[in-house]
Amino acid sequence: MEILNALVTLMNFVVLPAASYGAQLALGALGVTLIYGILRFSNFAHGDTMALGTALVILVTWGMQALGIGLGPLPTALLALPFGIALTAAFVLGTDRVVYRFYRRKRSEPIILVMASVGVMFITNGLTRLIIGVDEIRFDDGARFLFTVRDFREWSGLAEGMSLRVSQLLTLLVTALCCWALFRFLGRSRAGKAMRAYSDNEDLALLSGIDPERVVRLTWIIASALVVIAGTLYGLDKSFKAFNYFQILLPIFAAAIVGGLGNPLGAVAGGFIVAFSEVAVTYPWKKVAEYLGFQPQELLQLLSTEYKFAVSFTILIVVLLFRPTGLFRGKSV
Amino acid sequence: MKKLLLASAAGALIAGAAGAEEIKMGISLGLTGPLESIAPPIQKGAELAMKEVSDSGKLLDGSTITPIAVDNTCIDAAASVAAVERLVTSEGVKGIMGGMCSGETIASLEKVGVPNGVVMISPSATSPALSTLDDKGFFFRTSPSDARQGQVMADIVLERGINSVAVTYTNNDYGKGLADSFAASYKEKGGSVTVVSAHDDGKGDYSAEVAALAAAGGDALIVVGYADQGGAGIIQGSLDTGAFDTFVLPDGMVNQALVERFGTQLETSFGQNPSAEGEGHDKYAEMATAAGFDGTSAFSGEAYDAAAMMLLAMQAAGTSDPKLYKDKVMEVTNAPGEKILPGELAKGLELLAAGEDIDYVGATSVELVEPGESSGVYREVDFKGGKLNVVGFR
Repeated sequence: MEILNALVTLMNFVVLPAASYGAQLALGALGVTLIYGILRFSNFAHGDTMALGTALVILVTWGMQALGIGLGPLPTALLALPFGIALTAAFVLGTDRVVYRFYRRKRSEPIILVMASVGVMFITNGLTRLIIGVDEIRFDDGARFLFTVRDFREWSGLAEGMSLRVSQLLTLLVTALCCWALFRFLGRSRAGKAMRAYSDNEDLALLSGIDPERVVRLTWIIASALVVIAGTLYGLDKSFKAFNYFQILLPIFAAAIVGGLGNPLGAVAGGFIVAFSEVAVTYPWKKVAEYLGFQPQELLQLLSTEYKFAVSFTILIVVLLFRPTGLFRGKSV
Repeated sequence: MKKLLLASAAGALIAGAAGAEEIKMGISLGLTGPLESIAPPIQKGAELAMKEVSDSGKLLDGSTITPIAVDNTCIDAAASVAAVERLVTSEGVKGIMGGMCSGETIASLEKVGVPNGVVMISPSATSPALSTLDDKGFFFRTSPSDARQGQVMADIVLERGINSVAVTYTNNDYGKGLADSFAASYKEKGGSVTVVSAHDDGKGDYSAEVAALAAAGGDALIVVGYADQGGAGIIQGSLDTGAFDTFVLPDGMVNQALVERFGTQLETSFGQNPSAEGEGHDKYAEMATAAGFDGTSAFSGEAYDAAAMMLLAMQAAGTSDPKLYKDKVMEVTNAPGEKILPGELAKGLELLAAGEDIDYVGATSVELVEPGESSGVYREVDFKGGKLNVVGFR
């Protein structure tokens, strides 16, 4: 019984929040890593593209709600996702045409592309604020909980309870689906193989008849799909605020680098590693320890919650010091 | 006393000879930032008093008042200092209704207000730190110190039979001041505080903060924060994980936006905020409605009073020089004298011009205690039935 209580507390406060946060980071990191692997630069505009994409999804969601279209217990935003992805992909392809293509043709150093992406970041940032404003927006409709803490307590008879939100479950399921589809696409399909070939050796790929512009376009479209899905899930789970998407860029980059930039599997693993360490290090283990038979006087909190962001950076530094190519052997930074 | 009155009356006559002038008054509020939703009614409250005095034509031989509002952002002390600096040096204001949040108020007062000798009356800065600050008599506030709110909140919580609480506060001067004063008072009265921890505003996710509070435990969670910011995030996180169901909400958290967002989920929660009842309060609410804003919004009446007190003090001193009229603020606000309600500022100005004493009551029944702050009336509220209900005053 006591062990079950400890387990439930752990699930409620550590495992579930960290898993859904990790899944959101993983989707974001996948986008970063794809762009890094194929277009060969770190895209700083990623966080703000996420904000813009989510803002577009919200606008479409509002339109659908006004028309009375809904998904019952599921959030309407899921229906709006394809539209949001299409619009964001169009925007991102536009920035590629206007900004990045010029530097790609000139074969500029990656750092120049990175700086160009910082410019794109600021413009996207401003655009998002112009379109939807800076306020906190909640756009989750439908059922909020699969089961609440009270339901769980009554059902199990335990002293502790846990809840599962629809948005948490949705995040995990959608992320699993996206990863499966992406890995299958990269591994099996012709276009996916072309992308990998282009990533390995641009000139060789060109010689084998692969159209580089097509690979670039495909990369941008896939990256925007991932980023809009990640942003929408994050917004559904927490709430939408343009500035928060700018902040989430840091843990996303940490996740991508920890996993190994350019390595999709690493990005997913990195997302979960960063999320679980952020939550576990700042979680006070007192209650869990009590259920396990200890009598702690202190809260057993390693680091105060204000230092949450510091955790991902510490991991980042340790990984860069000992394994510069990341845990899963990506390209070195 | 008689001599003093005669002297001030004589002073008024001499100064009056200087003739009418255009007096600029500053309004320093967080028009953007964590309390932006309650700033507009505060600004309008102050402007209402200034317009009333200006239109009456009775202040210092028909001087007119021009309000100048600046955005102090509420959280960025540097931005606030810059904004107030501009008011004082380039606009040449004779007094400032503001600041709004405690941290920026302290900064702008110490860096600009006191060195330049400009009177500042804040409607809403409630940190206990402002009581002990060396303000050289230039600072007043129409809201009470949180040292007092902490005691009132401790009483309310204990009376409701809750003996163990966790406290979280927004990471700034206001949050820490109120949280500390509550915790000290609550412990002294026999309650136990499991944890006092800070949260930062403007984050997307508060699950880590909530997890820490839940691990410490307690029968209720005291949320000293902002309804537009982390405070609401903490409540959301606690409800989602079932960490707490009862929340105790002080000042900034008690508002309509919070009720609309959480509705019946706040069934067992309660709180208090500085607010007055009585004739002045009702009259002010009417005037505000006529002017097109909500006068019962938090700190709106306090703003009206803050502006009115400065203008009445000018009349009493016979000059708009802040270095001189600062000494009259307490005198016009407190008894003895003819009671002055909102809308009766013209009468107050006349009486002062005639050398008589007034007792400004205003929208919030304001009564100043040393060192220049309101003694404070709080309304106790609960959220039964998904509505904001006033339970009583204390």
